[in-house]
Amino acid sequence: MSELGAAGSSAIFEAGVPTVLLSPREVANESAGARRLLIAAAIGFLALFLLLPLAIVFAEAFSRGAAAYVATFFDPDARSAIALTLTVAAIVVPINATFGIAAAWAVAKFDFVGKNLLITLIDLPLSVSPVVAGLVFVLIFGAQGLLGPWAAAHGLHVIFALPGVALATLFVTFPFVARELVPLMQQQGSAAEETALTLGASGWKAFLTVTLPNVRWALLYGVLLCNARAMGEFGAVSVVSGHIRGLTNTIPLQVEILYNEYDVAAAFSLASLLAFLALATLGFKSWLEWRSGGAFDRQWAR
Amino acid sequence: MSKRFGEQTVLEAIDLTIAPGELVALLGPSGCGKTTLLRIIAGLETADAGALRFGEIDATRLSVQERRVGFVFQAYALFRHMSVFDNIAYGLTVRPRRARPSRREIERRVADLLDMMQLAGFGARYPAQLSGGQRQRVALARALAIEPRVLLLDEPFGALDAKVRRDLRGWLRDLHDRTGLTTVFVTHDQSEAMELADRVAILNAGRIEQVGAPREVSEAPATPFVREFLA
Repeated sequence: MSELGAAGSSAIFEAGVPTVLLSPREVANESAGARRLLIAAAIGFLALFLLLPLAIVFAEAFSRGAAAYVATFFDPDARSAIALTLTVAAIVVPINATFGIAAAWAVAKFDFVGKNLLITLIDLPLSVSPVVAGLVFVLIFGAQGLLGPWAAAHGLHVIFALPGVALATLFVTFPFVARELVPLMQQQGSAAEETALTLGASGWKAFLTVTLPNVRWALLYGVLLCNARAMGEFGAVSVVSGHIRGLTNTIPLQVEILYNEYDVAAAFSLASLLAFLALATLGFKSWLEWRSGGAFDRQWAR
Repeated sequence: MSKRFGEQTVLEAIDLTIAPGELVALLGPSGCGKTTLLRIIAGLETADAGALRFGEIDATRLSVQERRVGFVFQAYALFRHMSVFDNIAYGLTVRPRRARPSRREIERRVADLLDMMQLAGFGARYPAQLSGGQRQRVALARALAIEPRVLLLDEPFGALDAKVRRDLRGWLRDLHDRTGLTTVFVTHDQSEAMELADRVAILNAGRIEQVGAPREVSEAPATPFVREFLA
């Protein structure tokens, strides 16, 4: 092997075939100046649309002092909003995690009639406007709706009550877990599960001891996303909830009410809870990526 | 041990009898159905018609778990989140409490297997820390831990480089002679089949072209396909 150095590139002869190595700077075409400009533009964009709003939320929340900030959370309407948000999340996240795992498992390990339809349906909530999603539930369960009279006859209050809010949130957050798991499970294949079966494990045991541990990081991340969206959902819940103070307002809805009543500081104080949630979600996500040490490779199959 | 099949499309009228303790190779080009046949024996797939017997036992209706076959996949399919020890012990730890050996018994058996595989002391390592050859031996140990009726290997050396492959061939033959376990392995590499097997079954497009000892098959090919395949 002989080397010729010339202006940052070198030619190496390997097995008699000349091979030219380009130094890193030659591979990309743009000048250093252009690159710096692009990076600055990206940072500027992020700062304007992400960091600035976040900073403003906290600035406005504390604009009347720390005491007022804390007092916001003692307001009964605020507390019921927080309680409702937590309740809805506690209902929606486990259900969607279960269905997400089941759907991903079905799609990744089996071939069946209607598989493509299922994949499309999983993605449906992401392409439908949340307001439309909420409206659909009103049309089904509302007083003049499809199942309205049936629900009324059985004493079931769906719309303008917790069940409706939960249903709307369930629909909107459904894809998150499934979309994290499907590409990963497809990539992993069935060999590990089949091995477990040949070793004597029942289908259920193989699922618990082999399948689930194999996807645990992606599952956690999907649950994280599902939770963040469940707590922050506005459009669908707004249509379905009826905005009954103290009863059917989630945190986002209560924030809107406070803001419309010109109680800006209180609105932002409550909103800061959601901002904390966002930061915590990001922090947890970073921790997950670090903890899984690269085994967590998100690939979109579609 | 006798196995007899008739199945449409992928495998056609397979009639194969394997003696206990034999090392049989299923040899053939890609897509000839040899892996499918192996999977049917394991119970991972079902035949449309025909019967499978392990000795006196009719295994056709037995579930994968009941058949107690040791299966080693081409890519080993080790459980990445478990240590080598847990991988090998898996078949024993998933048994229902009544049938499960004691903790000490499991440790003893795993230690014996690790010794047999020349992997003593590797129990605490994880699959990601092992070389290809080491992973293959762990996969074998895992299959052997359940004391299977028959050992099924799908292209056991497919994922290894040439030198390791050659070394492991002799090692596998040794292992087979020591355990006396009926073994069926699938390969498309004819030198491997010829060198290792007691008998070779050559498949083409779902049919068995010829079955016989390696020398018999190469010296007296029964069909033009066999003659060309072994040329």
